[in-house]
Amino acid sequence: MSAVLPNIAFAVIFFGLVGLFVRNIRRIIRNIKLGTAVSRSDQPKKRWLHMAKIALGQSKMVRKPISGLLHVVVYIGFVVINIELLEIVVDGFLGTHRIFALYLGAAYNVLIFTFEVFALLVLVSVFFFWTRRNVVRIKRFWKSEMSGWPKLDADIILYAEVVLMGLFLTMNAADFWLQTNDAVYPTVGSYPISQFLLPIFDGMETSQVIAIERTAWWLHITGILLFLNYLYYSKHLHILLAFPNTYFAKLTPQGKLPNMASVTDEVKLMLDPNADPYANPNGDNPPNTFGAADVTDLNWVQLMNAYSCTECGRCTAVCPANLTGKKLSPRKIMMDTRDRLTEVGQSINKGVAINDNVLHENYVTREELWACTSCNACVEACPIAIDPLSIIMDMRRYLVMEQSAAPTELNNMMTNVENNGAPWPFNQQDRIAWREEINT
Amino acid sequence: MAELAAQGKSPEVLFWVGCAGSFDDRAKKITKAFVQLLIKADISFAVLGPEESCTGDPAKRAGNEFLFQMQAMTNIEVLNGYGINTIVTTCPHCFNTLKNEYPDLGGTYDVMHHTQFLKQLLDTGKLKVSGGSFKGKRITFHDPCYLGRANNEYEAPRAVLAKLESELIEMKSCKEKGLCCGAGGAQMFKDAEPGNKEINIERTEQALETKPDIIAAGCPFCNTMMRDGIKNKEQEGNIAVLDVAELLNQAQDL
Repeated sequence: MSAVLPNIAFAVIFFGLVGLFVRNIRRIIRNIKLGTAVSRSDQPKKRWLHMAKIALGQSKMVRKPISGLLHVVVYIGFVVINIELLEIVVDGFLGTHRIFALYLGAAYNVLIFTFEVFALLVLVSVFFFWTRRNVVRIKRFWKSEMSGWPKLDADIILYAEVVLMGLFLTMNAADFWLQTNDAVYPTVGSYPISQFLLPIFDGMETSQVIAIERTAWWLHITGILLFLNYLYYSKHLHILLAFPNTYFAKLTPQGKLPNMASVTDEVKLMLDPNADPYANPNGDNPPNTFGAADVTDLNWVQLMNAYSCTECGRCTAVCPANLTGKKLSPRKIMMDTRDRLTEVGQSINKGVAINDNVLHENYVTREELWACTSCNACVEACPIAIDPLSIIMDMRRYLVMEQSAAPTELNNMMTNVENNGAPWPFNQQDRIAWREEINT
Repeated sequence: MAELAAQGKSPEVLFWVGCAGSFDDRAKKITKAFVQLLIKADISFAVLGPEESCTGDPAKRAGNEFLFQMQAMTNIEVLNGYGINTIVTTCPHCFNTLKNEYPDLGGTYDVMHHTQFLKQLLDTGKLKVSGGSFKGKRITFHDPCYLGRANNEYEAPRAVLAKLESELIEMKSCKEKGLCCGAGGAQMFKDAEPGNKEINIERTEQALETKPDIIAAGCPFCNTMMRDGIKNKEQEGNIAVLDVAELLNQAQDL
């Protein structure tokens, strides 16, 4: 009975933590579905390619060569070391030890060798990441929206990676020691990195090293499962959401702002001299709010964008408004959207009424919204194709069409457009005045 | 256009002048330069004149979709009425709106930015650059957001500038990374929000780093912004801000 106890314990931890993660992911999906409909399933070929290039291939990530390269290392390391995770899980359930070795033969050595090299590379990269954040203090990591939890969150993720890689190498080192001393474990694997940790065990009893190996093994797998659950509470969901996020991204030219079909019918009616003045263009279904007051007025891709954002700040670093000291930060727009969506989601979880906060009043200020030049620098810069501009524009639409709250100068501009077909008060008849001044 | 239509003729291409090109004194020079190039290249073209109205871009970017669609549908009615297929415009904002946002409302045209059109004219030999009036001049090109990032066109204006035998120097942020001049998204028509600098000053400083003789632009609004920036730096005696069409037209004058 006691022989299977670890297997049972493993199953409990594994299913418990994976189950918790699944529950939270379903909540995220539910929250994303609070968004309005938008069709992004056309051109599947182009979409797969977009995802392959940007998410899988990290094509935008490497536009900044240093952080790009470091990120690629951590990314490949993460994917590769997950193969090892598979073995650990199988071992956990079956009570076996390094079960893949039985089937892979010499290939197993290559595999473990690769894992170890990547574990070291990840550690080195994480060290650089931490240094860039905390010693070099790269500006975009120290903007006002990064104070408090976002800053701590970023550091926790780096520390977690160090701990997990450290446990992995400790586990391997102890295993290697036990293979060579006393042959407790069969001689399998290749340990190019962890072999340098062997001196730690000098003078230890075999039983102590076994205890270290087991402890490291258990902490490593539990740590990974805890980290998996941490994703839900952190900015780190991009490791999963980057893929759907790039797949469902807008594929039309960046300059195209979507047409509001709900407006089109009304405008047609206004322009049609034969229209029935009493007609209701929208039938019995009045349109939703024009533009976005709250997260539920945004579309589901915009909400997924918010969960995908990992707060790297490349958008904010290139935003002309932010660069010149204005309050607007595209990253903050994404963080605010996520924070508000989380707030709404928590109310739903608890089954209580959603409070009266709205995204555009309580999170994003008008000053931020009106500072945008719609230049698309933020959209272009995002390594995973997030579109902060679309959210800004949707909130502007709300301010103007629902609240008539445009800045006075813009109201003047719009009055001019209405009256004389130009943003300035000139006579439309004079549009061709330049012809008289031309010499051919 | 109305005159041409009355004669039963239809032009090869419609030149969409835009509000700046029609009314702004500085931008009118771009309009005239481009028209002179069209005449030199013997292109049959027309303008809508008093029948042209704002595309609605600033209204749409300001959040007023109603006004935008009113403008768009009125313009589309005029354009479709004349059976227009090809449009060329000197304004990247008009270009973007006509090209990307009119199709959803029933207006589908082959829309070109004037730098794309000029490149074609040079490529097909309809326009030739004679002499090197800009030889050795240092020119830096400021990418308009609505031509570059918005529509992925970085090469056409550079290809035209390359014909001038000048020295084309890139700013530290150019093409995909080009910094906005500060006018887009209806900012042209309002004061900026509080900050520590104007965007056009930041961009002008980047341009000045290249020690240019000329800052080339492809947008009437960028042109204004960069010119204001140059004035602010008291460099207007040394550095000219000129549209790609103006540069090409000056080269043609030789």
